[in-house]
Amino acid sequence: MQKIFLISIFLLNIFFGVIGFNSAKANSSANDNELATSALHPKQMKWEFEGIFGRFDKASIQRGYQVYREVCSACHAMKQMSFRNLGDIGFSENEIKQIASDYLITDGPNDDGEMFERAGLPSDKFASPYANEQAARSANGGAYPPDLSLIIKARHDGANYVYSLLTGYKDAPDGFNLASGKNYNIYFEGRQISMPAPILEDNQVEYKDATFASKEQMIIDVVNFLHYSAEPEMQDRKKMGVRTMIFLFILLIILVMAKRAIWQQVK
Amino acid sequence: MSQKFSFDNQDEELSPKQQIEVFHSIENDIGQSITEKSKVASWINDRLPIVATLENTLKKHPYPKNLSYWWNFGSLAGIALVLQILTGLFLAMHYVPNTKYAFDSVEHIMRDVNYGWLIRYIHAVGASMFFVALYAHIIRALFYGSYKAPREVLWWIGIIIFLLTMATAFMGYVLPWGQMSFWGATVITNLFSAIPVVGQSIVQWLWGGYSVDNPTLNRFFVLHFLMPFLIVGIVFLHLMALHTVGSNNPSGVPMKTKKDSIPFHPYFTIKDMVGFVAFFIVFGYFLFFYPNALGHPDNYIPANPLVTPPHIVPEWYFLPFYAILRAVPDKLGGVVMMFGAIILLFFIPYLDRSKIRSGAYRPTFQKFFYVFVVNFIFLGWLGKSPAEGWYIWASRIATFYYYAYFLIILPNLPKFEKILPLPSSIDEHYQQSHKHK
Repeated sequence: MQKIFLISIFLLNIFFGVIGFNSAKANSSANDNELATSALHPKQMKWEFEGIFGRFDKASIQRGYQVYREVCSACHAMKQMSFRNLGDIGFSENEIKQIASDYLITDGPNDDGEMFERAGLPSDKFASPYANEQAARSANGGAYPPDLSLIIKARHDGANYVYSLLTGYKDAPDGFNLASGKNYNIYFEGRQISMPAPILEDNQVEYKDATFASKEQMIIDVVNFLHYSAEPEMQDRKKMGVRTMIFLFILLIILVMAKRAIWQQVK
Repeated sequence: MSQKFSFDNQDEELSPKQQIEVFHSIENDIGQSITEKSKVASWINDRLPIVATLENTLKKHPYPKNLSYWWNFGSLAGIALVLQILTGLFLAMHYVPNTKYAFDSVEHIMRDVNYGWLIRYIHAVGASMFFVALYAHIIRALFYGSYKAPREVLWWIGIIIFLLTMATAFMGYVLPWGQMSFWGATVITNLFSAIPVVGQSIVQWLWGGYSVDNPTLNRFFVLHFLMPFLIVGIVFLHLMALHTVGSNNPSGVPMKTKKDSIPFHPYFTIKDMVGFVAFFIVFGYFLFFYPNALGHPDNYIPANPLVTPPHIVPEWYFLPFYAILRAVPDKLGGVVMMFGAIILLFFIPYLDRSKIRSGAYRPTFQKFFYVFVVNFIFLGWLGKSPAEGWYIWASRIATFYYYAYFLIILPNLPKFEKILPLPSSIDEHYQQSHKHK
């Protein structure tokens, strides 16, 4: 009786395995067909934040913030982030005040009833490049550059996806019908993305530490930063998790022993 | 009560009324009650008999001594309910049920509220864990015949709890106001328009407007806050019904003598604690390391009525019913079949005509049952697949089996199924299963 149950579960597993294999086939030669439009499966990278012992690579995240600020923030907002959050990744209070004050924030109304502009404070949210979605679309040929605060959680396999996307710009193959204003990217569904390749050459950003700003490095750093922005609690959460799980396992052993001792009395 | 019952022939089963009488006759002797030992306890009890009630539940009531870990899931569902209410309460202190602020208020909780991320993730993962416990609890009932007389009312109350929990979970998922929140709400509320004549009016009344919008969100928040307290009340009725008839057990043979039973405390208090910790380990694995594994990434995109996601899927615990809904090419037909799949459960005490209560002694039944479980999981997988190609006719076959199991297989099994010999008592069953240990 249990055999049939186990056999069915086994078959189900084979079934799901086949499905998994089939979706991995997205990367097989069938999809290397030049005129394919379905996205390739994202490259699987190793990230410092992965796994139960995941940690933030603060140096990388700081560099990633610089990449965001100098390259991405021209079009992409990050409304959920405040300047004060930068303290978590290693910026000092003075550095944060400096960064914030570089931006003009609309505030008000003042006592005359007027809105006014002032220098940013650590308590302000990151400034957005556009006033609203319509302005963003209007400036980008109808396409809306999404807010990046949560992008890593808002996409399946987010970190690998964003990494792959940023490295996935290629020349459109001959015979591929690329619509005007679109760019060819092998990791984007449909392979036609409105965003032009943002990272074009090494040293596009001048890193303040000694790290060589290769294209690859800048993309890794910005993904680390975006991951931090999406999950600022990650490190605390995993630390708490390891301690809690150890506690629970020990507690389980103790309770099972207690249960057995008490149930000895049942004849 | 020295009457001896013999049950070699399953036709000599006690009537439901007799079973209840026997159950009450084998209550444990608790000696001196707390009310006799403590003045405070007696003072309170004279004014509200809560002390005596607790004492009866924990010490006097007989529980079968052969209960397996499948009997832990009821208390696990109870713990999950308490957790959801506590975390929900604290979330509600910071959440704003307005379309302009909802998404941002959830992010505020995640980023700025002290341990807000923990409260939020406990609530989100907790909802999934609640359904794990509920489904396991229901599977136990289906396998061991816990819905059969005299437990029909207990079973019906359970289905009502299941329905209320599903409604609560559905509305709760709308609150973060992500893409899946909005579009899931749109798809499911639109189903009510299938009702002939009054359908469209009902839907607009539900929405508070002409589409899912701020009035809908606001009222869903109110109802989501309210319903768990209704559920608590109905859980009390569920426990009352249970204490009137006594627990079922893996052998399906009712408790007849004191040798069959043990008090709840200390045996099931400690066993339930083991269950809680095992439950928390699974809970913790998801909560701390993969909190979004059971969710959908699209719900981290703020709701946009102008952009439809490529695939609209509900949370995993709704997927089998979603597959049934989509299997039928007609809107009203799909709605009827989907709700029907749950309404059907009310009739199981009458559809399952077998005189043998526990599936453990019904090997033919077991084969069909395991196929039912695998089929239900398969339906779930189909629910999150696109409604195209071979998935469609697979959903139809799976839906057919779901209904056929209850409407054709269960009623007819007694005509040809093989029965294994029942133990004569719970005590005998207990001794048998402990011989090998």
